Amino acid sequence: MDLYEYQAKELFAKHGVAVVPGKVCFTPEEAQAVATEIGTTVVVKAQVKTGGRGKAGGVKLADNPNDARDRASDILGLDIKGHVVHKVLVAEAADIVAEYYVSFLLDRTNRSFLAMASVEGGVEIEEVAVNNPDALAMIRVDALEGCTVAKATEIVDAAKFPAEVREQVIEMLQSLWKVLIEEDATLVEVNPLAKISDGRVLALDGKVSLDDNAQYRHESHLALIDNSQTDAIELRAKEFDLNYVKLQGEVGIIGNGAGLVMSTLDVVAYAGEEFGGVKPANFLDIGGGASAQVMANGLDIVLGDPEVKAVFVNVFGGITACDAVANGIVQAVAMLAERGEPITKPIVCRIDGNNAELGRRIIDESGIALIERVETMDDAARRVAQLAASK
Amino acid sequence: MAIFLDANSKILVQGMTGSEGTKHTRRMVASGSNVVAGVTPGKGGQEVDGIPVFNNVSEAMAATGANVSVVFVPPKFAKAAVIEAVDASIPLCVVITEGIPIHDTAAFFQYAENSGKTRLVGPNCPGLISPGLSNAGIIPGDITQKGRIGLVSKSGTLTYQMMYELRDLGFSSCVGIGGDPIIGTTHIDCLAAFEADSETDVIVMIGEIGGDAEERAAAFIKANVTKPVIGYVAGFTAPEGKTMGHAGAIVSGSSGTAAAKKDALEAVGVRVGKTPSEAARLVREVLASR
Repeated sequence: MDLYEYQAKELFAKHGVAVVPGKVCFTPEEAQAVATEIGTTVVVKAQVKTGGRGKAGGVKLADNPNDARDRASDILGLDIKGHVVHKVLVAEAADIVAEYYVSFLLDRTNRSFLAMASVEGGVEIEEVAVNNPDALAMIRVDALEGCTVAKATEIVDAAKFPAEVREQVIEMLQSLWKVLIEEDATLVEVNPLAKISDGRVLALDGKVSLDDNAQYRHESHLALIDNSQTDAIELRAKEFDLNYVKLQGEVGIIGNGAGLVMSTLDVVAYAGEEFGGVKPANFLDIGGGASAQVMANGLDIVLGDPEVKAVFVNVFGGITACDAVANGIVQAVAMLAERGEPITKPIVCRIDGNNAELGRRIIDESGIALIERVETMDDAARRVAQLAASK
Repeated sequence: MAIFLDANSKILVQGMTGSEGTKHTRRMVASGSNVVAGVTPGKGGQEVDGIPVFNNVSEAMAATGANVSVVFVPPKFAKAAVIEAVDASIPLCVVITEGIPIHDTAAFFQYAENSGKTRLVGPNCPGLISPGLSNAGIIPGDITQKGRIGLVSKSGTLTYQMMYELRDLGFSSCVGIGGDPIIGTTHIDCLAAFEADSETDVIVMIGEIGGDAEERAAAFIKANVTKPVIGYVAGFTAPEGKTMGHAGAIVSGSSGTAAAKKDALEAVGVRVGKTPSEAARLVREVLASR
């Protein structure tokens, strides 16, 4: 889960990373009140989970509370790269002398962690990496050793931080590492890390990504979840505990196993090229051991997408027996009919693997007219694309 | 010969007394694996289907000569379980558990690396099978038979799918390396092992979006692999920034895309199937032309 800037800064403050005072606001009036409280020039910043806010007009200075209210009014409701602004951060404007960059992130390639630091902050760090790679220090941090004083010093010296901020940055790196470890983050980034006119070094912006797998040991992270930008069908799927991603297309997909489902999307997209560019409408992995109830929930979600014209159920029974899956499909169709929502869209099934013969027979003998069984994954993808295109 | 797992493999199951552990122990035994012990703290002295349970890995190894551990414990306890296995110097530790926090995996991976004694497979993987010899994990034992194809895959179900497509030809070993951002054994480790294995003639490599493991594997193939490699990559239709089921399956910006992986593999002469079936056809072609 990626956090908003204001949420990232809350976690920073909790672990001793120096930030400027500020508060998140949902209305222009709140922004005015917070600006009054702060009592200096403030900066009003759009809270969206995407970059390029400044260029899009999402970051403005305000000299006084009335000004803060007006700037907040300008920014709230802005569309920044498809993200509508619902909240702004109002924070003390800092008198910036120099801008730096620091981050810690999961390094998949080296199966460890990586510290990145540069004295050329305030710009996209990817640009620095391309245009001036020598200005970006990249130092491996051992998962077991962590960011010790020695490691932080190594990072700061590699990035050639000036002597007058050296101690502060060393300390800040250790606090940021605490954020990474204690909050189970996969990324903590400060850009810019700024030296201000009174000599202090502060995190003026913050980016944090949290590990969803570690949610169970951070009850407080539940409050950080913001579903305002989440697709409505994805939200419903989440309530059913289904692994669903909404895409733009006409063929609903249900399968077991993440790899097989990803592959199914691809195969449908290839087949769809023949039929005027029919595409998969979603990713849905119902996992191994899917019960009739899970299949019913899955069908319910996928059929509930108005863009879906036909559904492809692609199952390879590994541990799961195909007869159980087939029974699940048949029962799911019956459950939907009992609820007064009988299926109206064609469903193409491909069933292979453990107990496949029995599973196929159950589908064939179910007498459900809208279900069609096709032998191979490629042929089934072609058939479902054809059905979706003809609707 | 097969890789990593063979007729001499003696398996212990960490978490054997749990429902998943018991279920899959039975399946492993049914597919011919030599499962010699279970480990559950506090349940030493019990038995599951006549297989003795021990309180810890080192006791189990001392008593039974186990040389492979398969870990079924829940995410919360996975780190401690793997560290225990590494401390006991088990040569092979297969972590099936899905949903382990990445900091825990980073820590136990590094711990195993530092030990220099334990090969880690997974986490979030189906394990590995050398058909007819041994099966460590949850891969169905009855899909295929012993043969001369080597398979390495991030995905469990695509592993099964490929084993099924080529079931008549059979496999030397199939390794499900797992879909998490950090995994122990990589595509490259398996490619190197298959290259060295006298009983493997052709290698199938299945990848998916996220990270750069496939790109690095391509570079490795160019420099080190003389056997034919057939590839398949899943996730061409995956949108940027969305996790597709596996924690590691995510396209970040322009990196980790399926297209980049396919291009990298093709650039070093690996033929990449557009669908799993096409990849299987390519394998048949290669074997027929030998």
